[in-house]
Amino acid sequence: MMADTTVPADGVDRRDFINIAAVSAAGVGGLAVVFPLISQMAPSADVLAESTTELDVSAIEPGQSIKAVFRKQPLFVKRLAPQEIAAANAVDASSLRDPQTLAERTKEGHGDILVTMGVCTHLGCVPLGAVEGENKGEFDGYFCPCHGSHYDTAGRIRKGPAPTNLEVPDYEFTSDTTITVG
Amino acid sequence: MSFPWAKEYKPANDFTKWVDEKLPLPRLVYNAVGAGYPVPRNLNYMWNFGVLAGFCLVLQIITGVVLAMHYAANAEVAFATTEHIMRNVNWGWMMRYMHANGASFFFLALYIHIFRGFFYSSYKAPREMIWLLGVVIFLLTMATAFMGYVLPWGQMSFWGAKVITGLFGAIPLVGEPLQIWLVGGFAPDNAALNRFFSLHFLLPFVIAGVVILHIWALHIPGSSNPTGVEVKQESDTVPFHPYYTAKDGFGLGVFLILYAAFVFFLPNLLGHADNYIEANPLATPAHIVPEWYFYPFYAILRAFTFDFVLSAKLWGVLAMFSSILLWFLLPWLDRSPVRSGHYRPLFRKFFWFGLIPCMAVLFVCGGAPAEEPYVMLSQIATAYYFIHFLVIIPIVSSIEKPEPLPYSITEAVLGSDKDAVLGENTTPAT
Repeated sequence: MMADTTVPADGVDRRDFINIAAVSAAGVGGLAVVFPLISQMAPSADVLAESTTELDVSAIEPGQSIKAVFRKQPLFVKRLAPQEIAAANAVDASSLRDPQTLAERTKEGHGDILVTMGVCTHLGCVPLGAVEGENKGEFDGYFCPCHGSHYDTAGRIRKGPAPTNLEVPDYEFTSDTTITVG
Repeated sequence: MSFPWAKEYKPANDFTKWVDEKLPLPRLVYNAVGAGYPVPRNLNYMWNFGVLAGFCLVLQIITGVVLAMHYAANAEVAFATTEHIMRNVNWGWMMRYMHANGASFFFLALYIHIFRGFFYSSYKAPREMIWLLGVVIFLLTMATAFMGYVLPWGQMSFWGAKVITGLFGAIPLVGEPLQIWLVGGFAPDNAALNRFFSLHFLLPFVIAGVVILHIWALHIPGSSNPTGVEVKQESDTVPFHPYYTAKDGFGLGVFLILYAAFVFFLPNLLGHADNYIEANPLATPAHIVPEWYFYPFYAILRAFTFDFVLSAKLWGVLAMFSSILLWFLLPWLDRSPVRSGHYRPLFRKFFWFGLIPCMAVLFVCGGAPAEEPYVMLSQIATAYYFIHFLVIIPIVSSIEKPEPLPYSITEAVLGSDKDAVLGENTTPAT
């Protein structure tokens, strides 16, 4: 039997339908293959599993910091001395590049504990100042030696190329002396 | 296409005749880099560097494949296997020093090749495609070199990777997820090291493919030459072999002497001592710098220290990438019909007293710490760099009065075209 090769009145014949159906199926199939190829590059399950860290902050003396590790990146935990809190509050926050007050960067009831990533927001170097004797920069907080960003006692950017304050990660006090980050 | 007087490949015996009929590969080679490719007779030594860059690519692939036989791309052992190559593997130290210094010499050849193109306007019609492919090769080579430098997993490897992948974080909205996706984690670690190794192994072969396209595109109009006057007749050319195989061979010898001096006597001069300290995500080296061949672009990245609509960081990233991407526009920015800088008095002055000192300043600033006077100097040089390509080149090409060109390459070489040996297929002079 001969196939019907005449074009029907609406201008769409069987061949058009087969063409569109075949190309669409191949397109969807192609996308279905591309998705895993792209997704495999995202963080794997074991990397994501390390995404919370628990820390005891009771041993930190006022004015002292510790360096911990969170998601394989340095984390600074600092117990601010009264003069450091005063210095941070003496600045008009709205005049800053990334306007934030110290209170907005700490947890209520724990206003002396400053938890920030130890990752410069410019290009990701580790700022100095968390270890005794290191250069704390012009604002007595942290100083990034790579491209000269100066952070104040509240970890806010005050001078240099970094666009934002040192990031405060998600964390909570699980007891009076313990925090869980992530 | 080739010139009508190009020598034709003639198989020497029955065997080569048989091969030529089945797969004319020897014919292809003969026409590409043999006696079948007529080349302008007046090429100077600046025309050696394409071949030298190609040689470096082969050198890097051979030494790289050898190194990959002994290296393990795992953050736990990568640093140790690099030292294992240096201390335990037979001739491992030599292979690694050849590869590390080979990268530097590859870039040396590429830079001279590119700046040869700037001076002689090799990018102009009909050679735009050769130029565009060349810029693609340069970008791929930069990516490959960057990923290769991460593999020893020393301090500079790690922090270089962190800073460069951090650049993507500057992109609005998608920046941070993109950065996490690129490194496969929140900071460079095993996932990043592994994918960099995989791509570092793959990309050189992609580069080799684009190099073939680059040479293919070159053989359509034929090579440019120092006068910028197109080939008119047979007496303007000589066959690539033996004339330029010999000239390139001599240049290669000189190049290799210099290279061997580095490999054997100064193997770490171009490296950084910090990279012999294993990667430590908790301590940044006091002074992070890339390899010397990235200094000018690193200086452009760091030149932006103030916010203006966009953040300083994003400006730096955009400027660094566009400093190379704008080379793609060069064939259309330079409207002068004259190619060679030898006949362009104004263009020539801006090249020698503008672009070259500008690159030198960027080079010095890129390797210097981020403090004054280097910040200000790199800002001035960055401004000049963009003005040179986007303003000076178009203006100069429209107001300049070029010097008289020779009638032909033969006249430029012999002083007169009267004694030109005309081949039977010579196109009549117009």
